[in-house]
Amino acid sequence: MSYVAIKGGETAIREAAELLQVLRTRGSAQGETPLSPEAIEHQLHFLHSQVMSEGGLYDPQLASLAVKQSLGDPMEAAFLLRASRSTRPRIANTPVIDTRKMRLIRRISSAFKDIPGGQMLGPTPDYTQRLFNWELLDESDESFRDKLVQWAEGLGVDSMAVGDDSPLPKVLDFLREQGLVDDAPDPCDEPFDITREPLVFPVDRSAALATMTRGQQGGIVALAYSNMRGYGDVHPTIAELRVGYVPVELAHPVTGEPTEAGEVLITECEVIAMYERADEAAAQRTGVGDTVEIDPEAPPRFTLGYGACFGHNEAKAIAMAILDRSLQKGMRDGPSNPSEDAEFVLLHIDGIDAMGFTVHYKMPHYVTFASDLDRLRKTQQQHADKQQATEAESPVTEEVVSP
Amino acid sequence: MNLAELQSPQHREHTFGLIDETAKREIRRATLKAVCVPGYQVPFASREMPLARGFGTGGLQLTLSMIGEGDTLKVIDQGSDESVNACNMRDLITRVCPGVEPTFKTEDASIFQTRHRIPETPMREDQTLVFQVPYPDALVVVEANEARRVQMHGEADYARLFVKLYEDIVQYDEITLSHRYPTRIHGHYIIDPSPIPRYDVPKLHQSKQLNLFGAGREKKIYAVPPYTEAKPLEFQDVNFRVEDHLDDSGRRLTCCKCGADNTFLDELVLTDGSRAYACSDTEYCRRMVMQAKAARQTEGGTP
Repeated sequence: MSYVAIKGGETAIREAAELLQVLRTRGSAQGETPLSPEAIEHQLHFLHSQVMSEGGLYDPQLASLAVKQSLGDPMEAAFLLRASRSTRPRIANTPVIDTRKMRLIRRISSAFKDIPGGQMLGPTPDYTQRLFNWELLDESDESFRDKLVQWAEGLGVDSMAVGDDSPLPKVLDFLREQGLVDDAPDPCDEPFDITREPLVFPVDRSAALATMTRGQQGGIVALAYSNMRGYGDVHPTIAELRVGYVPVELAHPVTGEPTEAGEVLITECEVIAMYERADEAAAQRTGVGDTVEIDPEAPPRFTLGYGACFGHNEAKAIAMAILDRSLQKGMRDGPSNPSEDAEFVLLHIDGIDAMGFTVHYKMPHYVTFASDLDRLRKTQQQHADKQQATEAESPVTEEVVSP
Repeated sequence: MNLAELQSPQHREHTFGLIDETAKREIRRATLKAVCVPGYQVPFASREMPLARGFGTGGLQLTLSMIGEGDTLKVIDQGSDESVNACNMRDLITRVCPGVEPTFKTEDASIFQTRHRIPETPMREDQTLVFQVPYPDALVVVEANEARRVQMHGEADYARLFVKLYEDIVQYDEITLSHRYPTRIHGHYIIDPSPIPRYDVPKLHQSKQLNLFGAGREKKIYAVPPYTEAKPLEFQDVNFRVEDHLDDSGRRLTCCKCGADNTFLDELVLTDGSRAYACSDTEYCRRMVMQAKAARQTEGGTP
């Protein structure tokens, strides 16, 4: 009875989990050693970043553990972080972080040839030739160490003290000074916390940004790409893309003064989109439902899209900024394509939701399938009965077969 | 307390019921609202659970939010206690809820979490049946946009659902909805009763137990409270019909293990390609077999 096989029960689950460990450790007989959490954080930098970002939890050590435990499946790893997050209460809200204070490892603008503070390429594969580096196939401990030593010697520093501490102005700051883009919106008093409140549509921009920042990278990039290809009209220019560490402050438990509690690695992107009349730009700034004082004399201006996420995820931050802009348009005018439809975008980009529901089809479904069979057999019967009835009514004629 | 203490191993332990207390409180509030407005889908901020979305995270959150020490828990999947997902779910809940006893017996369970079935044994007023729900909204087959569906529910605007049923009849002479059969609760809201077979839908009507539905991924909770009307959609001249389990000659199929002719049956494909049928509710079936055995023994003769 083959159906019994899927009801293996407790033993089957246990054995399957053990097999997963066998899969992970299968190289140990050949002397393979286990990955350390530090090695995952450093050598799988981008995977590690993606997992923290989609997990919505900034904890480098737990993220490494998640990557290791999930055998490198980014969605499973992000899922582990999320599930862990569910067991913890929210303790406090931090004040708004000023990303001008970012300790930069990378900062570029594609809108201008040069920017105050300078373009800073930093670590990026953008301009590498994607040819195999065969040395990595059999990298010795020595050459692994030498890479860092050589870099440090060339720089004249003795440690990995990367990053530029001096606050740099935003490219947007001087575009604003020149009246080319709208003033920054007032920060909302209380951000929408998607982990504590359900999304009930229409949602405000804070909820949309929060949903996108922990959205699945591939999903976000795909939807933003649809806008770029013609199902939309954002036509973005990257005003500024920053990667670096920002200080996170909390109210001091005794004095109440904002106190730096630590720092987090984030990627931030601001895109400029095609200009609009000032009244439309103002409508964008205030968000859903608010009435806008329209000044017909006001000059046209650029509009903005904003993306930011934990870790080093540039494609995600750019795509999120594009979707932020397209969603604002959709919220204002009604959606005219998928990337402008808040419900469509926000309910489908969560990797944990999407992956979970996709894999759930592997579970037994034989009761519902039995109902399906019952309906199909019944309608087949109805069909056969009907044909019999019509054949009985009319005399049988030879069927003409065309050559 | 400092950061080092927070990171110490004892802080890696979980609280009773796994999810934090404020989250539980929110889920309980949503549940109370759902009971007060039968059939209305209450949005809640569904948490990520240690099981994947689609595996019953909505039902799991309902159970974890209300379970306490001294509760007895039964979990089934497709009617079976031994299905992999049921095992996994039961293992998780009992692990994070010390003092909760697992059981296979329907009559012993204070909380009964289910996927795709309602048990054959009738339940009582002191029992709660928790359903795992993939699609909470019956209107999704006719309207993809959630904001519009909310309005349609508010106005009890279900015309398009009836049109869907009517079109089925025109095309197939039969309503083709097999499971997740739309059911009207207390004369207003139409719910998706979760993917239970049509066979189970009448058990919701004026049921003694509280029925709670949790959709984790879609972030909704709804309820069919005890002694509430639950009517599957039908027409005056075309009635709702459950799976009849008749063989080709029109005879009611019976369970190959216990001989029952009044239960929902799983179709088993045997290795030789032939078909056999057995009760989907495995615990009910086992009890019937034991009862029959006991009856034979009291009669004095052993076969």
